[in-house]
Amino acid sequence: MDVEILARIQFAFTIAFHYIYPPLSIGLGLLLVIFEGMYLKTGNQLYEQITRFWIKIFALIFGIGVATGIIMEFEFGTNWATYSKYVGDIFGSALAAEGIFAFALESGFLGILIFGWNRVGPKVHFFSAVMVFLGSMFSAVWIVVANSWQQTPSGFRIVGEGMNARAEITDFWAMVFNPSSVERLTHVWIGAFLAGAFLVLSVNAWYILKNRHLAIAKPSFRIALVVATVFSLLQLFVGHRSAEGVAKNQPAKLAALEGHYDSVARADMYLLGYVNNKKQEVTGIRVPGGLSFLLYGNFNEPVKGLNAFPADERPTQVNAIFQFYHIMVGIGITLIALTLLASWLAYRKKLFDKRWLLWIFVWAVLLPQIANQAGWFAAEMGRQPWVVYGLLKTSDALSKAVTANQVLFSLILFMVVYILLLVLFLYMLNRKIQHGPVDYGTKEAIEEGSKRDNPLMGH
Amino acid sequence: MNTFLGLDYNIWWFLVFGGVISGYAILDGFDLGAGSLHLLLKKEQSRRIALNAIGPVWDGNEVWLVIGGGALFAGFPVAYAAIFSAFYVPFMVFLVGLIFRAVAIEFRSKEPMLWWRKGWDIVYCVACIIIALSLGLMLGNVAYGIPLNEHKEFSGNWLSFFNPFSILVSITTLALFMMHGAIYLTMKTENRLYAKLHILANNFIIFFVLSFVITTMYTLLYVPHLSDFFRGNPGGFVIPVMMVLAIANIPRQIKKGKYRYAFLSSALTIALLLIMVALEVFPYLLFSTSDPHNSITIDNAASSPKTMKILLIIALIGTPLVAIYTTFVFWTFKGKVKLDETSY
Repeated sequence: MDVEILARIQFAFTIAFHYIYPPLSIGLGLLLVIFEGMYLKTGNQLYEQITRFWIKIFALIFGIGVATGIIMEFEFGTNWATYSKYVGDIFGSALAAEGIFAFALESGFLGILIFGWNRVGPKVHFFSAVMVFLGSMFSAVWIVVANSWQQTPSGFRIVGEGMNARAEITDFWAMVFNPSSVERLTHVWIGAFLAGAFLVLSVNAWYILKNRHLAIAKPSFRIALVVATVFSLLQLFVGHRSAEGVAKNQPAKLAALEGHYDSVARADMYLLGYVNNKKQEVTGIRVPGGLSFLLYGNFNEPVKGLNAFPADERPTQVNAIFQFYHIMVGIGITLIALTLLASWLAYRKKLFDKRWLLWIFVWAVLLPQIANQAGWFAAEMGRQPWVVYGLLKTSDALSKAVTANQVLFSLILFMVVYILLLVLFLYMLNRKIQHGPVDYGTKEAIEEGSKRDNPLMGH
Repeated sequence: MNTFLGLDYNIWWFLVFGGVISGYAILDGFDLGAGSLHLLLKKEQSRRIALNAIGPVWDGNEVWLVIGGGALFAGFPVAYAAIFSAFYVPFMVFLVGLIFRAVAIEFRSKEPMLWWRKGWDIVYCVACIIIALSLGLMLGNVAYGIPLNEHKEFSGNWLSFFNPFSILVSITTLALFMMHGAIYLTMKTENRLYAKLHILANNFIIFFVLSFVITTMYTLLYVPHLSDFFRGNPGGFVIPVMMVLAIANIPRQIKKGKYRYAFLSSALTIALLLIMVALEVFPYLLFSTSDPHNSITIDNAASSPKTMKILLIIALIGTPLVAIYTTFVFWTFKGKVKLDETSY
């Protein structure tokens, strides 16, 4: 295999693995602020226990998120040196802003959040929770801004030629608020809120099914259900806005999302399907003219198809892009149905009797995760063959000094390490969930904990 | 036009970048040092206290590395691209070391079994030593210079990174961190553990001074281009002199029981060491040993003046904020370590 494909696999693998964690941090961050805010407002110990429990889980998720995130920051330099030189003037400033404004805020206050219960008052502790949450939100801002600039570059000019060409900022705010950044950022944020809310739903649904910690599990489930319902509905509108943006700014990507080749024809929308890129055919269940209608409100309006672009300026993995996109949309619709049904049952006070529905919620934690991953795969593969849309090809962006063997070595290294990490993460997460939220912070728990933590005592 | 307070933007960013790297070395330096000597502490209780001494702060300290990476990428993208693609293999080892350190700290305390904890202790300690050694190795090579082609990309073999000078710098870095970490731990511990760390701190001071002297002598004899600055600017000798005084001050303060001052002296030593390196390499960010014309300097690696200005504004707003809440976090956890239910 050549350096390009190895480097792309490595980037996809490391970023996809990393992206399991940040959405959970952002989403749990929101719920922590809500839980601890309710504790502060009501003074009810119940909410303190809930907060303490989820902070423990947050710490675990955050730890792995940081460890795998640092890799990402340097991977641009190690594997994509030409890209780094090309976009450093622009991309670098977003990354620097992320480090100093977002990440430092988040990591600094995390120490107080986890270890500070006995060192600071409840208000300062709550303030730390808000800062950690804001830090994680700001992180998403700068990273999505940087990525959106790659999708829809603006506020720049190209200086130099060939190997020495690079993009330079001409207008910082035009770069930050490039045509796709706001829509994509809100889309990412909401995806993250859903990931966090569904984790809380899953764990508490399981407690309710097992008849454990009911006093804590039921209110936690209700709060998370409100968050999940609101944001699944909101995601429908935000996601639609995002698709309209893609139609306007990246028509080749939009055509790939629905496997649309012919520019003259109206564009169909598929519920399910399979794209044969050679024959330029899609087989599946479709709404004739559906895409035309969604974009322009008219079933017969033509939509620019893939054939309108030169063969070397449009994505080739059309079927994969199509599938990823449809998985994301399908999950989005499922989440709306699921949360609306549960909310209605909760309103009728019948929710916690429906064991089958609770079992669905136990497993539904995977859905937002899959949707987040699939959405990013569709977005990034849909941008190919460009790394910076219309300006720099992925194949031109590599490090010239790095050999295929070196990339292969690091790829295998990361695979081994990350699989180990995932196993450990799931093991520890399961342990914490099995332990449950009850005893944290109570006197018995401290005594119990110190016994558990000191195996050498008594020897 | 492209100046701020009479200094060129590029020089300002070189100072900012140097400041962030020094911040990282001082802050994560004591975490890594404490980790590197972890296995020398034998009792479970001692190891827990040592871990919890860095517990609430190590994550925040590591952020300085992230800021440093962002600062280099943003301000000197050509140097960022060249350095990380050149040091591909050692850097990947360094990154995996960082992962294992984080994971070991996080997972160690989650199970009570002895084999589990001892296993993670070994992972943690080895990871910290590897991080320190690989950092030092890369620093040594950056200071020495590496072969670069006309596109300012690495054109040599990565095995050449293991040259005597860089290996010496690597060992000195480990010794420096171990000294720094031991002093930090004396500040955070009590009773018998404290007495043990007191002895360890003194031993590591000797270890550091020895390796530093050997590295310096080797540099003067075999790497003359790294001492040109001090030959040409005798006034610059004030910095090594200050450094010697700072090192000498460490055992003096330890003897008096003033650990905070000892720690500050050791932090000052790190800063002065990096200032010396910066003065020796300036204005180069990466010297090309194959053809000096291909060298990467702060001027040919810099982003556009517009970006440099934006970056300086970001730094002017961000630095005070980071300073305020870093101080707040350290102040919250000041004093000796007390284990409670939230501890590792």
